[in-house]
Amino acid sequence: MGKNVKIKRGMDIPLEGKPSTHIHAISSSTTFAIKPTDFKGLIPKLRIKQGEEVSVGDCLFTDKKNDKICFTSPVSGEVAEIVRGDRRAITAIKILADSSEYKFKEFDIQNYPSKNVDEIKAILLESGLWPFITQRPYGVIADTEVTPKSIHVSGFDSSPLAADLGVSLRGQESQLETGFKILNMLSEGGVYLNLHAKKDNTIYQNIKDVNVSYFDGPHPSGLVGVQINNLDPINKGDIVWTIKPQHVAFIGKLFETGKLDFEQNIVIAGSEVKEPAYYTTRLGASVDSLMNDNYKSENVRVISGNVLTGTKIDKDGYLGFFDNQVTVIPEGNQYELLGWLFPSYARPTLSPSLPISKYLKKSFNVNTNPHGEPRAYVVTGQYEKVLPMDIMPQQLIKAVMAKDLELMENLGIYEVIEEDMALCEFVCTSKINVQQVLSEGLELMAEES
Amino acid sequence: MKFLRDQIDKLKPTFSEGGKLSFLHSTFDAFETFLFVPNHTTQSGSHIRDGIDLKRTMFIVIIAMLPALMFGLWNVGHQQSLALTGADGSLWDNFFVGLIQTLPIIIVSYGVGLGIEMGFAQFRGHPVNEGFLVTGMLIPLCMPPDVPLWMVGLATAFSVVIGKEVFGGTGMNLLNPALTARMFLYIGYPSSMSGDSVWTFLPEGSKTVDGYSGATNLGELASATAEGKPWSDDILSASIMDSFWGNIQGSIGETSVVACLIGAVILISAGVGSWKIMVSTILGGLFMGWIFNISVADGAYMDMPAYYHLIIGGFMFGAIFMTTDPVSAAQTEKGKWIYGFLIGVLTVLIRVFNPGYPEGIMMAILLMNVFAPLIDYYVVQSNIKTRLNRVKV
Repeated sequence: MGKNVKIKRGMDIPLEGKPSTHIHAISSSTTFAIKPTDFKGLIPKLRIKQGEEVSVGDCLFTDKKNDKICFTSPVSGEVAEIVRGDRRAITAIKILADSSEYKFKEFDIQNYPSKNVDEIKAILLESGLWPFITQRPYGVIADTEVTPKSIHVSGFDSSPLAADLGVSLRGQESQLETGFKILNMLSEGGVYLNLHAKKDNTIYQNIKDVNVSYFDGPHPSGLVGVQINNLDPINKGDIVWTIKPQHVAFIGKLFETGKLDFEQNIVIAGSEVKEPAYYTTRLGASVDSLMNDNYKSENVRVISGNVLTGTKIDKDGYLGFFDNQVTVIPEGNQYELLGWLFPSYARPTLSPSLPISKYLKKSFNVNTNPHGEPRAYVVTGQYEKVLPMDIMPQQLIKAVMAKDLELMENLGIYEVIEEDMALCEFVCTSKINVQQVLSEGLELMAEES
Repeated sequence: MKFLRDQIDKLKPTFSEGGKLSFLHSTFDAFETFLFVPNHTTQSGSHIRDGIDLKRTMFIVIIAMLPALMFGLWNVGHQQSLALTGADGSLWDNFFVGLIQTLPIIIVSYGVGLGIEMGFAQFRGHPVNEGFLVTGMLIPLCMPPDVPLWMVGLATAFSVVIGKEVFGGTGMNLLNPALTARMFLYIGYPSSMSGDSVWTFLPEGSKTVDGYSGATNLGELASATAEGKPWSDDILSASIMDSFWGNIQGSIGETSVVACLIGAVILISAGVGSWKIMVSTILGGLFMGWIFNISVADGAYMDMPAYYHLIIGGFMFGAIFMTTDPVSAAQTEKGKWIYGFLIGVLTVLIRVFNPGYPEGIMMAILLMNVFAPLIDYYVVQSNIKTRLNRVKV
């Protein structure tokens, strides 16, 4: 039933600061935040006021377009601040966590296997687990009214310095099993679990009634979009849902205990981290609490997520909703004398024109310098080397730039989201912000549909 | 480094908005970023970026052209010495004569081209694009050594303004700018760009030795075909090995197949030039030559061994440096094969069937530049079609 897929195009970017497999417990964060900005196009509608007491699982805000979709508190405590940004848009809701035992909201999961789809959906919506389900096309929160063609879960993360889920989810086998059971109830077309052919997959051994496929090859083999394209491409009109295994485990925990538990093991990695390793924390934790004095130097970029797709956050910022990784790398705000001709240090590259970096160096201390200025497209054939999908990437991006909706659709914009083309952005000689362009294209398509 | 940086930082406000020389902002920026990779950082999307940029890419193409240029410098002097004295001069004499004749051409090409590019960049508020660094070298290499400087300047101006900037600048042009310059001169001033008297630089009033002829292989073949002579190696006054090594008359940088092949190795190993286009162009040339070989029609050109086509004239120079310009070539991977192959085929077709126009590769490349978007269109359509078919199944 499942397939074995060998991914040939793509590249692994070996970075310094790989995490050790040790899982550290850290003193719990005092403040937590849920950021509406982690969701594309979301306009939040507040359900709480500043100063109000909340329990774990209490609704903080809902989606203005669909107020069934709740975003809930990961901890119990007091709503400390409602942070507003440009034009008073809400950018974060900060909660001061109780120092004692958390109070939990109870969800009615009694006898859940006999519940129907709508009842299951209602629980997921009320508990704030629904937003973990991403819908393709567009990469937005799943529409509550549709039944997807299928649900895809990538069982591994191939991005730079990503968590080995076999480590971070160890011990959560039964939660995963329960979570997948729930997913199976949501989809008619079945659930696809896509695993790495050569990695230890024991955490998934209990999972039943899913289509298991095996992937092998460099990044982006672990991206669910690439996997879908290779297994069962999305056509116009198809709706496919995706969710990450760590979030499936959240679902499992809820349906096993009736309580929401956003505790998770995350990776803190990168060359500027003193002790890169796994750390146990909770969704929305503050970077302060995670990092303490774990920085090697001052001038750093803190990224919630990985270096290719993550979000830049401040040192006093908060972990993103979907992220199980914090990466810290040096900022690249230094001039480099004739750096384009004689690079003064090795940097990851796809280009054989930098032979030392390409062939000799085994891992890189990367920074955020783009190593060049933005230009019009000149070089061709680059993106194709890192996008293992049946898509013509440069033509698609140009179609987006030209705002040609029909061409975008014809070239398969429904099949990709930003992360799928992150490597294209990385390798681009003309330093074009591919993900941003694609994001504008997706937004345009979503508006028109 | 710190000193240099400080000096630039001191100068910067003068050239920035509000400064006295702000009208030279783009030019200043071009020099600044040449010296220093800026201290910008990524703000969105991928936080880290590949070490390659357009400056490096273009610079590698220039490196790849150096063997052809160096050989060309020597050969200009070498050919002059042969024509005037009948004997070869010393290595350094040849080189020196070549340098004296060629350097002004290079300076005019870069001066005029970069001047216009910087002007346009400033006018549009864009940074100066690195594309002309390559074009500025390609133009001298494909000029006859005898070309007057004002023609180089005029042709360069034409190619930059009409060939490139009116389309929106580097990355947007339809035609290969260097070939546009050459074509402009070929059509506007044919007597300076073709015939038997332009391929060797001879000082005014000088006398050539007896038996000197300024004809090139292509000219000899064209006239032999016109006269209906059958093919024999004797038609070519320069042996095929000479053509291969390049000590023959011709444009400054295109005579040596060896020098061009070294360039190809550099381009391909650095991942800058498309090997697909190079290989398919060569295959196209061989294929068409072979078709003529086996065809019933007879004639000097028809029966010449197919591989001779690759060696004589500017075939290799064009196939390696001109076809691979990524902007004017086909941009899809399948399209590149078709594009190159058709250039090879057309080059040989034009050579054989058009005696009035000896070198076919320039015309073939420009023609295929025009058709490249059409080739891409069909390749893209086939991708679209498979996507649509998926829905029906």
